[in-house]
Amino acid sequence: MSLSISLTVNGVVHAVALDDPRVTLLDLLRERLHLTGSKKGCDRGQCGACTVLLDGRRTNACLVLAVAQDGASVTTIEGLADGGALHPMQQAFIDHDGFQCGFCTPGQIMSAVGLVREGQAGSDPERVREGMSGNLCRCGAYAGITEAVLDAQAKMEKAA
Amino acid sequence: MNRFEFLRPATLPEAVNMASAPGAAFHAGGTNLLDLMKGGIMRPDRLVDVSRLPGLDGIEHAADGGVRIGALVRNAELAHDAGFAARFPAVAEALLSGASAQLRNAATVGGNLLQRTRCGYFYDTASACNKRQPGAGCDARGGENRLHAILGWSEHCIATHPSDFCVPLLALGAVVEIEGQHGRREVPLAGFHLLPGETPERETVLAPGELVVAVRLPAEAAHFAAHSRYLKLRERTSYAFAVVSAAAALRLEDGRIAEARIALGGVALKPWRAEAAEAALAGQAPEPAAFARAAELALQGAAPSGDNGFKIGLARRIVARALALAAAGTPDRVPALPASPFAPVPGGPIHV
Repeated sequence: MSLSISLTVNGVVHAVALDDPRVTLLDLLRERLHLTGSKKGCDRGQCGACTVLLDGRRTNACLVLAVAQDGASVTTIEGLADGGALHPMQQAFIDHDGFQCGFCTPGQIMSAVGLVREGQAGSDPERVREGMSGNLCRCGAYAGITEAVLDAQAKMEKAA
Repeated sequence: MNRFEFLRPATLPEAVNMASAPGAAFHAGGTNLLDLMKGGIMRPDRLVDVSRLPGLDGIEHAADGGVRIGALVRNAELAHDAGFAARFPAVAEALLSGASAQLRNAATVGGNLLQRTRCGYFYDTASACNKRQPGAGCDARGGENRLHAILGWSEHCIATHPSDFCVPLLALGAVVEIEGQHGRREVPLAGFHLLPGETPERETVLAPGELVVAVRLPAEAAHFAAHSRYLKLRERTSYAFAVVSAAAALRLEDGRIAEARIALGGVALKPWRAEAAEAALAGQAPEPAAFARAAELALQGAAPSGDNGFKIGLARRIVARALALAAAGTPDRVPALPASPFAPVPGGPIHV
């Protein structure tokens, strides 16, 4: 049985030979491709620290089998910035103190980018909070996170 | 996680054949399965990946007003399908009240029906659980069981079914399409999940290898669109399973209830339809007294399975309130906090 897959990560195509079908997308990113921005928090889909965009949709990478993703396209926190220029969501998290220790931040930012793409929250902070409820922050930076998402969303819409 | 063989069938018959072997499991969104495998609760030898099977990911609106939802449609996709949400708003609200945005992007319709209980003793492999290991006993009996079943439970199992989606689906008369080695068959959702009895390890009517391929809602389910709600009490505002939930749908004619549909979640090992309560509402004015009577009937036969007697009264109030919300009318858009009790009832108390 061939366990080789092709995966596009942040625009780069990788041919990956998997020696074991148990490898999750998160472990593949961190251990094989050395993209350690996506964090392993709970590893059970409860904390959101591993959130990436999988074919454009925000997804918990810890609950995805890499072997099932042949041909998929993944965007991680490492793929957001445009050269030296931060993505508007990254900048907004800095501007609004949307983090303290930073462990959940890559997942928060990827989830927020996914939320803006989904286009369901609008400028309602309650809808943003609800839409971000799959990302836990033990430092409790939620107020700043909500402000950052709303601010970045406005800037992303203006730029679009 | 145990080692397993990963198979990727190209066709439906191939998938059914591959999964008919003992120890095989279907894999689609994987959100529940991988969690269970990481915990050693499920240890399949073989995963049959159906996530890319053709023809199972469509939402087909029939000319008569019904809908056929492919088993691989993702929860988020269904909830945000404008045509679907307009005609079956309680289903959309239930979907959006479940899990997180990330999980709703991955979890499928078929997988939602087949998700396993969240009973802590089922999840803890050091505990006795008749569902995980038939005959082992049930540590939930006499354990931490304040969130366990109040209807349909047995001495062998007091777990609940965690789905939100299934609750309005049941109220609206959904039908499950199943593909197996002997072809296609259909089972009403009402008969799909099994109560624990003496065999809690048997959770559905599916035979080995059988695959859910679609869920259908009949045309008449859309007749409730103007008065349909889902209400879900959780232990935190969002991203939590139901303590108790209810779907309520009313068809009003000349200011009276022509037909009512009610189902409860979080109370039994399957979504629970309250037909006696529905019948009692027919012909009534949509008033609090009628809703309270219906709520009494909905919980007929309920009994605590442990430290959870409070759930019976709570479920009555959730049913009555879901009916009041449905009578007030379906909102134009799913509320910011879907299905949340933290929203005022017109003319009612603010608090739960």
